[in-house]
Amino acid sequence: MQTTNDVTFGVTDPIFEIRNASVTFDMERGTSRVMDSVDMNIQRGEILGVVGESGSGKSMFASALLDAIPDPGQLSGEITFRPESGEEIELLQQSESEIKQIRWEEIAMVFQGAMSSFNPTMTIGDHFEETLDVHGYDVDDGMERGRDLLSELYLEPEQVLHSYPHELSGGMQQRALLAMSLLLDPEVLVMDEPTAALDLLMQRSIIELIRKIGQQRDLTIVFITHDLPLVANLADRLGVLYAFEFVEVGPANDVLTGSKHPYTRALLNSTPNLHTPREEMRPIEGKSPDPVSVPDGCTYHPRCPMSDDNCVAADPPFQAGSGATDHQAKCHYIDDVNEAVPLNLREVHNE
Amino acid sequence: MSSDEHVVSLQDIEVHFETDTGIFGRDSDIVKAVDGVSLDIEENDVVALVGESGCGKTTLGKTAIGVQRPTEGQVEYRGQDIWEARDSSGSSSIPFKQIRQSLQIIHQDPGASLNPNKTVMHTLSVPLRATQPQMTTFDRRERIHEMLSRVGMEPPEAYSKRYPHQLSGGEKQRVALIRALLMNPDLILADEAVSALDVSLRIDMMDLMLELQDQFNTSYLFISHNLSNASYVAGEADGRIGIMYLGELVELGPVDEIVKNPKHPYTKALMWAAPSLDPNADADPSSPLRTIDVPDPRNPPSGCRFHTRCPEAREACKNDVPGELAVDGHTDHTVTCFREDDHHDYWHSPELDEVSTDEADTAASD
Ligand SMILES: Nc1ncnc2c1ncn2[C@@H]1O[C@H](COP(=O)(O)OP(=O)(O)OP(=O)(O)O)[C@@H](O)[C@H]1O
Ligand code: SF4
Ligand code: SF4
Ligand SMILES: [Mg+2]
Repeated sequence: MQTTNDVTFGVTDPIFEIRNASVTFDMERGTSRVMDSVDMNIQRGEILGVVGESGSGKSMFASALLDAIPDPGQLSGEITFRPESGEEIELLQQSESEIKQIRWEEIAMVFQGAMSSFNPTMTIGDHFEETLDVHGYDVDDGMERGRDLLSELYLEPEQVLHSYPHELSGGMQQRALLAMSLLLDPEVLVMDEPTAALDLLMQRSIIELIRKIGQQRDLTIVFITHDLPLVANLADRLGVLYAFEFVEVGPANDVLTGSKHPYTRALLNSTPNLHTPREEMRPIEGKSPDPVSVPDGCTYHPRCPMSDDNCVAADPPFQAGSGATDHQAKCHYIDDVNEAVPLNLREVHNE
Repeated sequence: MSSDEHVVSLQDIEVHFETDTGIFGRDSDIVKAVDGVSLDIEENDVVALVGESGCGKTTLGKTAIGVQRPTEGQVEYRGQDIWEARDSSGSSSIPFKQIRQSLQIIHQDPGASLNPNKTVMHTLSVPLRATQPQMTTFDRRERIHEMLSRVGMEPPEAYSKRYPHQLSGGEKQRVALIRALLMNPDLILADEAVSALDVSLRIDMMDLMLELQDQFNTSYLFISHNLSNASYVAGEADGRIGIMYLGELVELGPVDEIVKNPKHPYTKALMWAAPSLDPNADADPSSPLRTIDVPDPRNPPSGCRFHTRCPEAREACKNDVPGELAVDGHTDHTVTCFREDDHHDYWHSPELDEVSTDEADTAASD
């Protein structure tokens, strides 16, 4: 067996340290483990992209970062938050009121489908003022910041502040929401599928704005999506979720061009994009597991073309194989993956 | 080619809607959702329409299958004017009912299109009863099981008893596809039919659509805001891509032409937005567009409608309306932009001033 794995993933200044975090729901059919002993470090100031199929646990991971798992879900493990100024905060040990203060002020979140969560009877300006007021911020200063944010997002501040949500297009609503999430100057912004309901051109435009704003404000951004290409050129590092746990973590570039996990490779080979020859695209065979009964050993073994008895018997730890330690995957045969599951995109380049 | 060889032929289609809400200028209450589009769809053809939200793709699609009546222009099914057939109540050479049956749709939201209270078996029996009323219950069941197996929903006996909430998004979309195919249609409008699916399931669904196309002799009108999906599905079938902007078809051509030799500046912007998995791709991170938002369709810009966002716009584009031009003499690749005309005034006209003031401000603060 391997030595205990190093799950710092090369992160030197972690703003988040997540250890052994699990989320369970008790269901009639048994216990549903929708996040399974997750370890992760998030580097201060980075953009971490989190990708995975529908149901893989992306939203659970996002909610865990704010200790906001929906009832009756149970979150266990350790989540340490290290704000720029001050001491370490054990998130799961905070009282409800302490957590409420941390949310939005230090860790802001744009939830999946949040566009519809604007109150239809309030203008965007009302929403901004309420947010400032509830958190005890100076409203005039805050609105000034809000106006700046709106124009940085290519919105006409006065017009948008006076508008009701339905008077704005989807893309404008989404940018107004982004401005609102940054109103209290948080250190971390967690975004769960923030652009999924928008058309591609708007999604790409918003991604570029997020990148720019993140840089200007030294924000740490966790960007969650099922759409790998969307974060491919945005994220500094990528974490790939499969069956309720990370199976690969590393610098975005390395994960995309030299994926160490067979699942990541299957995901890349099945993603429609203009650069891969059509005849080489492949759907992923099989189905992702049910959280009530995940397969023994490596959870990917029923779908993995490389699986053998060892994979069925033992759950592989994170490891780097012969490569750099900041890039790791949960697979017994990391060094064989390149040959066994070739990446289509690379072949295009080698021509 | 005579027009009755086309499955569907659209000529100079305009679809105008009256509206009255919004925050923008209210000079006009008419939205020109589709404004002067012509398009022919052949047998076994795949045409993919691509554009941003609100550009008129869905309206044009619905017009093509006879569920949206155009305000101007003609829609023909195998040479028969669809709305004439509708109005003549039976005296047309092809009855309206038959036309509607031949032109089917799969919606974007796989859940909403299926009745939540009906089993898969029930849902799929409906089209079979309509097209083959003599079929016995036993044969119908066999046929449905066969189709479910065909699309990988095994075992079919178990799947046929399920209700929509017991199916995944991809499975619901498959059921919707089978339902459409069992009508024996000549054309299926697939409106963002794969967009709601997980990225990893899209190829699978598109492959399935194409595989069944061969078997059922169906054409597809595939609508998407995603150029990669469009080029995959249309490319596999040797089809065409049409690019729509504010109600107009601004570029149309064979897939490989559009992807490798895009001519319209808007097509190039859509290419910029298309997913790239290549971290080394020399993609410019900043958007080529001069403004992010689509202008209010009730008050479209003068001249070339794209001029307010076009990176190549010049003074001439503000006033003159470009016409459709053949690209490099290829009659099957057309574009609506002055840049395709070497002799146009455009080339002597000054470039447009930089972006409008509010954006100039933000740009300066970077
Ligand atoms: N309230 C709940 N009770 C029980 N199980 C739940 C609950 N909410 C989510 N789950 C389950 O948890 C698992 C992970 O869900 P999660 O919402 O994190 O997925 P996701 O990756 O965000 O998917 P999507 O891409 O569809 O948003 C799924 O199997 C889901 O069915
Ligand atoms: S451990 Fe085995 S089954 Fe799991 S991904 Fe690696 S090779 Fe495949
Ligand atoms: S006609 Fe002018 S504004 Fe229109 S697309 Fe061509 S260059 Fe751009
Ligand atoms: Mg989710």
